[in-house]
Amino acid sequence: MVDLTSEFDSDTLARVLDAGRSMGADFSEVFIEDKRSVSAGLDDGKVEQVTSGRNRGAGIRVVAGDTTGFAHTADLSERGLIEAAQAAAAAARSGGGGTKKVALSSPRRHPVNVVRVLPGSVPKSDKVALLMRADDAARGVHGSIVQVSAGYADSVRRILVANSDGVLASDEQVRSLFRVSVVADGDLGMQTGYESMGHTIGYEVFEHNDVGDLAVAAARQAVTKLRARPAPSGAMPVVIKCGSGGVLFHEACGHGLEADLVAKGASVYRNRVGELVASPLVTLVDDGTMTAEWGAIGIDDEGHDSQRNVLIQDGILTDYMWDYLRARNDNRSQSGNGRRQSYADLPMVRMTNTFVMNGDSDPDDIVKNTDRGVYVAKLGGGSVDTATGDFVFGMTEAYLIENGEITEPIREGNLIGNGPQVLADIDMLGNDFAMGNPGTCGKDGQGVPVGDGQPTLRVKSLTVGGTAA
Amino acid sequence: MSTASPASGSTPDSVRQLQDIADRIVAQAKPGEQIEAYVSRARETDIRIYEGEIEHFVSAQSEGVGVRIIRNGRTGTSYAGTLDVSALEEVLAEARENAELGSVDEWAGLAEPDGVPVVPQQLWNEQLEHFPTEEKIAIAKRLEKIALAADKRVRVEDASYSDVFAEEAFATTTGVRSGGRENGCYASVGTLADDGDETQTGFGFSVGKWPGEFDLDKAGREAAERATRLLGAVKPPSKRTTVVLDPYVTAQFLSIIGSTLNGESVIKGRSLFKDRLNETVASSMVTLIDDPTDSRAYTATDLDGEGLAARRNVLIEQGQLKKFVHSSYSARRAGTKSTGNATRGGLGGSPGVGCLALQLVPGTASQQQLIADIDDGVLIQMVQGLHSGVNSISGDFSTGASGLLIRNGATAEPVREFTIASTLQRMLQDIVAIGGDIDWLPMRASGVSLVIRDVTMSGA
Repeated sequence: MVDLTSEFDSDTLARVLDAGRSMGADFSEVFIEDKRSVSAGLDDGKVEQVTSGRNRGAGIRVVAGDTTGFAHTADLSERGLIEAAQAAAAAARSGGGGTKKVALSSPRRHPVNVVRVLPGSVPKSDKVALLMRADDAARGVHGSIVQVSAGYADSVRRILVANSDGVLASDEQVRSLFRVSVVADGDLGMQTGYESMGHTIGYEVFEHNDVGDLAVAAARQAVTKLRARPAPSGAMPVVIKCGSGGVLFHEACGHGLEADLVAKGASVYRNRVGELVASPLVTLVDDGTMTAEWGAIGIDDEGHDSQRNVLIQDGILTDYMWDYLRARNDNRSQSGNGRRQSYADLPMVRMTNTFVMNGDSDPDDIVKNTDRGVYVAKLGGGSVDTATGDFVFGMTEAYLIENGEITEPIREGNLIGNGPQVLADIDMLGNDFAMGNPGTCGKDGQGVPVGDGQPTLRVKSLTVGGTAA
Repeated sequence: MSTASPASGSTPDSVRQLQDIADRIVAQAKPGEQIEAYVSRARETDIRIYEGEIEHFVSAQSEGVGVRIIRNGRTGTSYAGTLDVSALEEVLAEARENAELGSVDEWAGLAEPDGVPVVPQQLWNEQLEHFPTEEKIAIAKRLEKIALAADKRVRVEDASYSDVFAEEAFATTTGVRSGGRENGCYASVGTLADDGDETQTGFGFSVGKWPGEFDLDKAGREAAERATRLLGAVKPPSKRTTVVLDPYVTAQFLSIIGSTLNGESVIKGRSLFKDRLNETVASSMVTLIDDPTDSRAYTATDLDGEGLAARRNVLIEQGQLKKFVHSSYSARRAGTKSTGNATRGGLGGSPGVGCLALQLVPGTASQQQLIADIDDGVLIQMVQGLHSGVNSISGDFSTGASGLLIRNGATAEPVREFTIASTLQRMLQDIVAIGGDIDWLPMRASGVSLVIRDVTMSGA
C-alpha cells in the first residue's frame, strides 16, 4: 500500500495551507484520509451480505484567534483542496491578508503496529468462512441456542496531516474485528451473550485467535444467564474481573481528563493536578503506542506521534490529555490525543488505550475477602456526565458473591456511581492485568476506536441497579 | 433519511441529477440480477459559540452512493463517499463480486411498488435555503445569552446552530423510482450550574423547518432549569416506587418498545413479543401507533428506506398487540406485506427494519395533575445509560436517572445517581396513567408524561 505522502507533493500541500491562511488566520491544517473497509455479516445461519466501501477526502482546518473554520471535500485535486481551504478560511473569518509561506518538514512516520497480512491480500471467501465457523461453534454449545449473529470487519485507513507549523506526517492504520452475539431461550425467557475481538493489525490476528473460541464464549454466556436471577438493588461491594472493566475508568475519569472539557470547566477533575483523586492503588495510563491494541495509532489525527501518558500516578492526578488547540492555549506540548472519526470531522481530545496498571492482590483473595456483593465478569457500554462525574455502565455477565464465593448468575442491569467517589473507593487491586474488548468511544457524535484494560479490582461500594431486594 | 416526493416534473434539477445517476447504475443490470442504487448528497452547517465568540464554524458537503445486488438469492453491497464516475463503476463491480460470497436466501429480493399512495409531506423549506449566515451566528449567540440570563448560577458550555440540506434518489430493477429533498435546522445549548463545589448540567434545544419556528426563549430557559433544578440533589434510598416519566424520557422508552416490535427480530426469534400477536401485552390504556404520515412528528416522511410509501400502523391497540413493522424482506419471510418500515443507516448495507415516528395516544391530564394523584414516587426528568442497561431481547430494563421526589401529590427535593429498573414486559403492563402533554421531540418517537407503578429505584 502506497504511503499517502507519495500521492501529494509537499509543494501542493504548502499551497493549500497558504490558501487556508489567505484571510489572516494563524494556523491551517490539511488532513487527507483514504479508508477502505470490508465487512461481512451472518445472521440466522446465513451470510446475509458482504459489503465493501471506500471513503476518501480531505478536511481543512483554519484557526484565527479562538475561532476554528472547517470545511471538507471528497475532491482531492489541488483545485478541490484549495477551494475547501478558502471555505475554511472564510468560515474562520479574520481580518487582513496573510503573507507567511509554509515550509513543510520532510515526511515523518511513527509506525507502532507491524502488519504482516494486509486484509486486501486475503480472499473474501476466507473471511466469510470465519463467520460460518463461528455460527457452527456457537450452535454446538447447547440446545438452547436459538440465534447467532456474527460480523467480520476490516479497514485500512491511510492518513496524511500537514499544517502551517511545518508538520508533515502520515500513517496507515489497519484494523481487524470480529464479533459474535448469541441468543439462548429457556423457561425464564431469552438471554444474550456477546463477545468481540479487535486489533490494529491485519488478518494474521485470526492465525493466533480462533473465532470458534470466541463464539463458544458468547454462547456459554447466554446459556449461563438462562438461570440468572434478578440482579440485586442498592449499594454494595463490586468485584470486576480483569480485562472486563476498563470501561469503568474510561467513564469514571478518562473523559473527565480530556483537556477540552477541563478548559470549559465541564470536568470534576478541573484544577486538581497534583491532588489525590483516586485510591493510592490506582495508576492510570493512556497509551497510543501499545502495539496491535484496538486504540493504537502511529500518529494522531493532527500529525502528532502517539505516546504513553501517565494520567494518575499512585492516586495523584499528574496530567490531562491534550490536542493541538488546547495545548496551544496552555502553551504546552500535545500528548498525541487529537483524534477524529473521519476527514469530515474536526479533531478533539480523545483517549487511545486507557488502562489501570497492576496492583499486588491475588484475584482469588479479592473474592474471598468479599462477604456479599457482585462479581462482574463482563461489562457492557457506559456513559458519563463529566461535569458531575456521575456515570453508568452495564453489566452483561455478572454473579452474586456470597460468603467469599462466586455463586448464582444475575440478570443484566446498570451500575451507577460518581467518578471521584468510585476511584477513591477502589480498595483492592489484583496482579492479573488484561486488556479488554475493542470499544468505540462516542463524543460529540464522533466514534473512534479505543482500548481499555485493568486487573481484577474491588470497589467497596457501588450502586447495583437491579430489581431484587 | 426521508424524502419529499417521487421524482417527477416538479423535482428540482439537483435531485433529478441524483435520480439520473441511480437510473444509470440500475440500467447496467445483467440478466438475472436485481440492482438497487441509492444516491445521496448533503450540505451541513454547524456553528458553535462560546463566550460570545465563534468557537467553530463547520461547512460540510458530502455525497455518496450505495449499491445492492441480488443474484441467485445471494446479496452483495458496496458504497463510496463520492459520485465520481470512476468510483461508480468500482462500486458496482465490488457489489457484484460481493454477491458471489453471500449465502443463498430464498427470500432475498428488492422492494416492489405496492400501490400504496404516498402521503405528501412538506419537507423542504425555501426560507431556510436563503437564510443568511450572519443570522445563523446571531441565533447561537442569542441562545447563549438567554441561558446565561435565566439564572446567575448558570454557565454555558456551548451554544450551537446547525442545519442540514439533504437530497436522495432511489432506483431499482423492480421498478421503484423515487427521490426528494429535505432540510431542517436545530439550535441547542449546553449548560452548567454551580453552587459551591457542586456542578450540575443541563441542555435545551429548539427545532424547526426554518429558524422562524425556533422558540429560543424556551430552549434557553429549559437549559438553565435542567441544570439548576439538580443542585443539591442527593442519592435517594433504594425502594419500589411509582415513577412519572417526563415526555423526553417517555420518548426514549417508546423507542426501545418499538425495537421489540421489529418484524425482522420476530422472524429471527429475537423479539420478546414474537408469539404474542393479538394478546394483551400492555395496560388497556396503551395504544401505540407508528405514523410517519403525521406531519407534526419530527421524523414525518413520505418514503421509507426502500422508497415505498411511509404509512400509519397501529402496533398496540388498547393493550393488545396488533402488528409488527416490516420491510419488504421481513414481510416476504413472514408471509405478509411491507408496512413501509425499511430503514437505512447510511450508504452501505441492506436496509433494516424499524419504527419511523412512534406516538402513544395521549390522555388528558397535565403532568401536574398526574403527580397530584401520587402519594409517594419520583418524577424522572433524565435517564443515562439506556444503551448499556436495557436488553431488548431479555427485556431487562435498568437505567441511571435523576429527577424530583414526589411526596403527597407534589414534587419535592431533587435526587440523582440512582437507577430505575423493571422489565419491558412489566413496565407496559404497569402503566397506570398517560398524560395529555404530547411533545413532538426531535427523535423517532414523540413524548408524553407516563406513570408506571412498581419500579425498583436503587440508590444508597
